[in-house]
Amino acid sequence: MDVAPVLELRGITKRFPGIVANDRIDFDLRPGEVHALLGENGAGKSTLMNVLYGLYRHDEGEILVQGRPAAMHSAKDAIGHGIGMVHQHFMLIPVMTVTENMVLAAEPTRAGVLLDEGKAIERVRDLSQRFGLAVEATARVQSITVAQQQRVEILKALYRGADILILDEPTAVLTPQEARELFSIIESLKAQGKSIIFISHKLNEVLEVADRITVLRRGKLIETIGRTGATEAGLARSMVGREVLLRVEKTPAQPGEALLEVEDLRVLDERGLEAVRGISFTVRSGEIVGLAGVDGNGQTELIDALAGLRQVATGRVAVGGKDLTSASPHDHLEKGLGHIPEDRHRRGLVLEFSLAENLVLHDYADKPFSRIGWLLPRRLLAWARRLLQEFDVRGGGPQTRASALSGGNQQKVVVAREVARDPRVLLAAQPTRGLDVGAIEFVHRRLIQERDKGRAVLLVSLELEEILSLSDRILAIYEGQVVGEYGPDVSEDELGFAMAGGRRERTAAA
Amino acid sequence: MSDIEREQRLDEQEETPHQEPGGYAPSVAERLAVYQKAGGVITPVITAILAFFMGGLVVAATGHNPFTAYKAIFNGSGLNWFFHVGSYDIGVPFSDARIWFPWNTSDSTLAKSGGLAASSLAAANLQQTLLIMTTLTLTGLAVAFAFRCGLFNIGGQGQWIVGSLMAVWVGSSWANMAKPYHVFLAVVLAALAGAAWAAIAGFLKATVGAHEVITTIMLNWIAYWAGSYLVGRDGPLQNDVDKSIPISPDVVQNAKLPVWWGNPLLQGLSIGFFIAIGMLVVFWITLNRTTLGYEVRAVGFNPEAARYGGISVARSYILAMAISGSFAGLGGAMDMLGWQYRIGVLDIQVSTIGFIGIAVALLGRNTAVGIFLASLLFAGLYVGTRSTALPDDFPPTLASNLTLMIQAIILLFVGADIIVLYVWQARRRLRPFKGRSPVMPTTGEAS
Repeated sequence: MDVAPVLELRGITKRFPGIVANDRIDFDLRPGEVHALLGENGAGKSTLMNVLYGLYRHDEGEILVQGRPAAMHSAKDAIGHGIGMVHQHFMLIPVMTVTENMVLAAEPTRAGVLLDEGKAIERVRDLSQRFGLAVEATARVQSITVAQQQRVEILKALYRGADILILDEPTAVLTPQEARELFSIIESLKAQGKSIIFISHKLNEVLEVADRITVLRRGKLIETIGRTGATEAGLARSMVGREVLLRVEKTPAQPGEALLEVEDLRVLDERGLEAVRGISFTVRSGEIVGLAGVDGNGQTELIDALAGLRQVATGRVAVGGKDLTSASPHDHLEKGLGHIPEDRHRRGLVLEFSLAENLVLHDYADKPFSRIGWLLPRRLLAWARRLLQEFDVRGGGPQTRASALSGGNQQKVVVAREVARDPRVLLAAQPTRGLDVGAIEFVHRRLIQERDKGRAVLLVSLELEEILSLSDRILAIYEGQVVGEYGPDVSEDELGFAMAGGRRERTAAA
Repeated sequence: MSDIEREQRLDEQEETPHQEPGGYAPSVAERLAVYQKAGGVITPVITAILAFFMGGLVVAATGHNPFTAYKAIFNGSGLNWFFHVGSYDIGVPFSDARIWFPWNTSDSTLAKSGGLAASSLAAANLQQTLLIMTTLTLTGLAVAFAFRCGLFNIGGQGQWIVGSLMAVWVGSSWANMAKPYHVFLAVVLAALAGAAWAAIAGFLKATVGAHEVITTIMLNWIAYWAGSYLVGRDGPLQNDVDKSIPISPDVVQNAKLPVWWGNPLLQGLSIGFFIAIGMLVVFWITLNRTTLGYEVRAVGFNPEAARYGGISVARSYILAMAISGSFAGLGGAMDMLGWQYRIGVLDIQVSTIGFIGIAVALLGRNTAVGIFLASLLFAGLYVGTRSTALPDDFPPTLASNLTLMIQAIILLFVGADIIVLYVWQARRRLRPFKGRSPVMPTTGEAS
């Protein structure tokens, strides 16, 4: 297949002070191909794409579009060269309609100044039909689903004449079904001659969608291989640089007494709407219960309520038999609750604090870390040294600021703190969000270990694969209600169907 | 953009620590710490220098020599007192021994050699500077402590007024109380009054979420008018001696702070100076060595994480404001019991000492050392630009405006210090890449 590439990056080097983020990277994209860019967080994928999209200036190397050197000084240049980027976080204006968002900054006008709305809508419909991207042209962006918003972003790029599309971790926000729909959209784009760069750190989807795969590790190009001949294990090895256990090994659970009991719990969200609508379940010692659901179906509110961080409207929560329904966060901690929060930056860590200070966030006022109101820094440091070693936190010592650590190591600090308090119940909310393969492996192994020590673990995750590989029991949550309970061997499809509300609708229809 | 880049850079650095066999490669974290430290020290210094530079431009524009003006301000602040290196007679018993000191030790020596010599004047000026510095340190701490809890305490002025009134009231009552008790009582009650005043704002923030900027400003005005009423004509706290003057009674002798340098009748320096320095230490220890300080800092950096950690955010808000207010109240006590001895309506209405405290805290970056230096700077500026201190041909309005201008520029720049920090970092980014930066390249600059 010796077609002239539409895009070629030759020897791209991008340096930041003290670091080479991209070290002589060669990359090419053929017409009508999906080329995946695979690598851990910080491997240099985003840097490379930002260079291509004109957001960074590269120090060495050149960019060729259609065989001709192209200077990318800004995103505008990139768009001019037919490159479109769909960012992980959408750049849409929620209160405007799909059409308005799409034509923004390139509006079809009447008499030079007035927006020709009819023409705009017509063009949007035309585009969306041609590429099989179903969206409602006149709907407001805030009222459509995340998957549809993503389609609007893709359409926006196409509207501006993109032949090369960069999709930055596009499946991170989608359900499995939606991801599959995205893949068929990608197929149809391919069929129409568009070329796609697909950025991801998920091995399975890269293997599913890409024609060729380029692996980056620590700023260096490791390999570029075709889909045939690539395996998950092989790619993981290239990404991480060592053998990785993709599937967690675990023995069957041996559940004991019920440690976390939730009865008919109802919780309101910020807007005063019921986000958790009558949930009941128990988690017993020695088991991991997975809560599977699409983002925004009440998981956040449920976890907050269980941790005492959000008021319970009605219902009952008990930890180890003790009622904690309206107790303070501090009481929850005292009664043996550990909580790995879903957002380590917002809640899990005080980024400006040292690691030693972060590691005693719950216990700073207790023995042995303080005495009658006085902190004992030496004991903080000793404790931190011990935990950092035990949990293999790299990139700093006890006095290092938490913000200086990479995401994976930050998460290890959070896990270390929560686990070392010896909790009876451990809430793990998206414990591997944004982590790379190596760190995920660590967190997963640790969660299994904690289970085997007899803790009750409630795992909330948006990653179906994570739920399936760790959980001993699985609850599907949809719109604030548990819509099904499954064993660990449930199929991904069945679970995905329940998560999307299908099951409830089916029972309703029956 | 810069933030995103910086974050990105850190992420990337972390993932690829470059290690060379044999050599010591400082970890990214260590280097980051140095960067931040350097940024933390360098930016306020650059800011101050820039402010002086721009002030100098204005002086030059009016046809005066900025260097002469600044030298005059420097001398007027009394800081030249430290630069009289020489051997002096300090009256070692039974000898004529003279000892080398970097400053002039006794004005009496000079008095013998004829009249009020330069160093004596310098000593008097320096006493003034340190008097002002005492209060500025405390009002600066009042702003800084709240800042560390994520609160912007604009109410230093009101808390100072409340503390001053309490100090004067206690100090002018109970004339028969023994000295140490009376001083102690007046100082402590003034601090508590300031604490209570500020705690109102903390309480409102903690319970109904009223923004502390609004409430402290409102409390400032309440203190302003309440104070004006109390010591005003026929007010309950007005003096009995002359009912035509709206001023409080004098603090009795036993409630005055001992003066250790200079003449007590000519505004000599009281031990309040050491109390202020002690409070800098208290500030640091409270923040860094107590569980309360841990809570305050956690809430200040990330209230959501603090709450998750089991800290009562509401309690922290109230306590942090109370402690802030006690610093400002203490500042009032130091003024009233240290040299002013009475407070008049005029004092209440023209004083801006609490507001300058905001500038002190900002320039000092809410750290103990920073506040020490910033309060010295502002006090020196304030005292040095009094018209008496400047050469005769220097227009007095220009002098006082120069102070305001330098203050304003510093505030402006400190508020925008992110820009300075950005330029500082951009300089590093532009530097050609050398494979590996030498071991701790910035240590020298940072210290």
